[in-house]
Amino acid sequence: MARKLPATDVVVIGLGWTGSILANELTDAGLNVVAIERGPWRDTAADFPTTYAQDELRYHIRHDLFLRPAQETFTVRHNVGQAALPMRTWGSFMPPNGVGGGGVHWNAETWRFLPSDFQLRSHLTQRYGAAFLPEDMTIQDWGITYDDLEPYYDRFERLCGTSGRAGNINGQKQAGGNPFEGPRSRDYPTPPQKQPYGPVLFAQAAREMGYSPFPQPSGNLSQGYTNPLGVTIGPCTYCGYCEWFGCGNYSKASPQTTILPVLVRKPNFEARTLCEVIKINLDASGKRATGVTYVDTSGDEWEQPADLVLLCAFQLFNVRMLLLSGIGTPYDPQTGQGVIGRNYSYQVTSSVDAFWNEKNFNPFVASGAIGMCIDEFNGDNFDHGPHGFVGGGYMGAVQTNGRPILGTRVPPGTPTWGAAWKKAIAQNYLSSYGMATHGSCYSYRDVFLDLDPTYKDAHGRPLMRITFDFHQNELRMSQFLTDRVAEVTQKMGPQQIVKRPRTGHYDDTKYQTTHTCGGAIMGTDPKTSALNRYLQSWDVSNLFVTGATAFPQNAGYNPTGTVGALAFWAADAIRNQYMKNPGPLVQT
Amino acid sequence: MIGSPLRLGGALVIALLSATARGALADDKQAFELIARGRYLATAGDCTACHTPARGALFSGGRPIDTPFGTLLGPNITPDQETGIGNWTDDEFVNALKVGTGHNGEHIYPAMPYTYYTNLTREDALTIRAYLNTIEPIRHEVHPNQLSFPFSIRALLIGWNGLFFKPGTFSAEPRKSPEWNQGAYLVQGLGHCGMCHTPKNMFGADHLDQTFQGYALQGWFAPAVTNNAHTGIGAWSVDDLVLYLKTGRNRFDIASGPMAEVVADSTSQMAVADLRAIAIYLKDQPATGGSPPNPVNADEPRMKSGAAIYADSCAACHTSSGEGITGLFPKLAGAPLVQQADPASLLHVVLHGNRAVATDLAPTGPAMPAYDWKLSDDQVAAVLTYIRNSWGNAAPAVTAADVSGARHARAADAH
Repeated sequence: MARKLPATDVVVIGLGWTGSILANELTDAGLNVVAIERGPWRDTAADFPTTYAQDELRYHIRHDLFLRPAQETFTVRHNVGQAALPMRTWGSFMPPNGVGGGGVHWNAETWRFLPSDFQLRSHLTQRYGAAFLPEDMTIQDWGITYDDLEPYYDRFERLCGTSGRAGNINGQKQAGGNPFEGPRSRDYPTPPQKQPYGPVLFAQAAREMGYSPFPQPSGNLSQGYTNPLGVTIGPCTYCGYCEWFGCGNYSKASPQTTILPVLVRKPNFEARTLCEVIKINLDASGKRATGVTYVDTSGDEWEQPADLVLLCAFQLFNVRMLLLSGIGTPYDPQTGQGVIGRNYSYQVTSSVDAFWNEKNFNPFVASGAIGMCIDEFNGDNFDHGPHGFVGGGYMGAVQTNGRPILGTRVPPGTPTWGAAWKKAIAQNYLSSYGMATHGSCYSYRDVFLDLDPTYKDAHGRPLMRITFDFHQNELRMSQFLTDRVAEVTQKMGPQQIVKRPRTGHYDDTKYQTTHTCGGAIMGTDPKTSALNRYLQSWDVSNLFVTGATAFPQNAGYNPTGTVGALAFWAADAIRNQYMKNPGPLVQT
Repeated sequence: MIGSPLRLGGALVIALLSATARGALADDKQAFELIARGRYLATAGDCTACHTPARGALFSGGRPIDTPFGTLLGPNITPDQETGIGNWTDDEFVNALKVGTGHNGEHIYPAMPYTYYTNLTREDALTIRAYLNTIEPIRHEVHPNQLSFPFSIRALLIGWNGLFFKPGTFSAEPRKSPEWNQGAYLVQGLGHCGMCHTPKNMFGADHLDQTFQGYALQGWFAPAVTNNAHTGIGAWSVDDLVLYLKTGRNRFDIASGPMAEVVADSTSQMAVADLRAIAIYLKDQPATGGSPPNPVNADEPRMKSGAAIYADSCAACHTSSGEGITGLFPKLAGAPLVQQADPASLLHVVLHGNRAVATDLAPTGPAMPAYDWKLSDDQVAAVLTYIRNSWGNAAPAVTAADVSGARHARAADAH
């Protein structure tokens, strides 16, 4: 039986990017906020100091920063005809754990989505006709526009100190930036990071082909920066240990380097770490959340009453929490009815490996987000009419790392072990390069999340089941994007190139990205969305759900920029609308 | 602005004159302005540094104070009648601050900076009392005297006071500005800056001819705050000093170690006008402390290996030119702290790591990781010798024995 604690104004479930942003905004508004985080407190100098942070074995191979599957995992299948099996070790995505969440171990590629991404279904229908879309594709408009979100993208970039070059300021195209981006109100807070040789070569080739290469927007900063909260972030040292790692140099934007130093000083903020929320509690009507129940490390249960509940955990955990708490109608793929678990989506990446005889790319001079990209084939920036698919992605030479264990590549035909393999590694380490495409993943009727009928967690609660496979639309897109980036790569003059488009079935054992999306999406209609345009639950108006959980489908970009912008957008709605008049912010 | 003798408010003087019985002034718990000013003065005096335990109630005592003669515990100064100072008379309280005697007239050890607080006006002392009367009384028995024989004999302090203590309230220097005098009153009184920053003789008393030239205590070296450009604050402007005291950082440095506590608990909460007065006074002090030594030759093997270690382990944050990153990673080039004759603070930070201060105006609070497990004594000695003698810096070489001593002092501490 849970022991009841004194009530607070706001309880935040999960203290990652969005939990930190919301907690900071609402404590500023004078509310008392309690954040409950399943993982440990994490601090730059104590938990990932420069003295040992660059440890590929510990962090990449042994998953030091991530949740343990024994704590919570997922079952996976490709379609409803299969029995799902649990993931017993992480593979295609890396569920975060601890304070800072995924913000600790991301690559810091900080993008905005395209204006057309937010009105995807109406935009594509208008341009190509409804029949152009696959019959089972369930893409939707978001219920907000790029213009709605622009001020909040700006706030997130200012918070992070994002390094980049604008391509469009208030409708004026800017040389050297991304000409396809939506109009931004001002330039990035800091200039782009310095580009290594590979991205410079890529940009040169792309320019010769008539494309408009631009530096990838990076949350690993090009210079020291003090954000509007007064927190100082250092310049990136190009060590190349970003994704999978915490940054010991204070130079990767994360809750630790941007918000938490301010948040922890506030008397109206409290964080309870190593405490796992097991349920959002509802009153008898089922329309109002009364707080949460959580378990501490002694196994004791506590009830934390609150007036407002903010579900700010990782996307998959958010959806499962809603399912386990009985909030909203679970999605049924047979009827297409129900919203919790609906429109799950992911990301579709691919690569091209290129091998030279003489070049020296110094791949170890790296950052999670230095690189030169082109956006000609993202979203609906090109005419899809002749190609028979929708969607797209950015592509480029992004020098994330040259780490010794997994950051190496060898030409096809090389033995996978032994003297010949070692020789090939030594020969190709400096002189090979990988180009990447980062493609969209749209949503489908038969791709969804629900509770597994068989497998349970340590608390006896059902695991969540992921039913996902790549669809022909995405595989065709990946082939197309891979061919385009291969053309640019060819122009760079390598001796050999190897195309690696995404093909076949989803393989949850091979890492792709942690960009799982959807499952409790935002929208304009409670029949097809779990959340209204302010991320407020249609069913329980004192519950807001943040993160990529709200994405109706995923765009051809990394999601964190949009996740951060949506958090500020929701915070603004809570501060300026909900707090004045608690209740549904959108009437149905 | 603090109530110095120069700026004492008329209303307060009248209140004082009409105070007849014990604590008449101090007992009025509705005298909000007076109490708030008392809190401000207690903050300026950083009473909490010694009187508030690490995880305990405000001013409830028991915090260990390491001295060269042994450990003292900061007494309970809450208004608890039995274990605090609730039953002290105002005169006894004033005497504790200004004369160095306690409730029964016993001598207080000079770890309590009565040698500085003697400069306070009686009014300011009573104003602090007025505030202390309003805080929560905590029943917490503390036995301050943990010293061993013969230092445990308080009567020895009669001789000590006779030799080293001149009681007497601050008197203004008429040839200097009111601001300068305000600064002098704070530095020589409540601020008790010299307690850490002035070298001590073998009896633990200030070397008056070496004021502010720096002093080693508690495993750190409180650097010189003279106007010597090499070891002191000669290169700092008044604004630099004010910014440092208010926010904990400026273009040169970030407060860490014991000074981080001083900034967090005291100076960051003080009025800018008072900090400016302190800065004006300090900047008017002489540039004592002698001229820099010749730097260690860059061709020496220890400098070469130091340079290599610096490139591997330090340059990512502090930059290869030693310039650091303002507000995050301290500048090493030209840094006075780096060039003190005694490298204790550098050894502490490199071996054990340290968190810089976080303040409302500069909340970042970056930290330096510990290298004790990663670098050998020789390596730490080499890299510190390199840092102390590069980019125009010049300071005596650090030896492996220095490193070993600092390493083991800390290890002994932990047991």
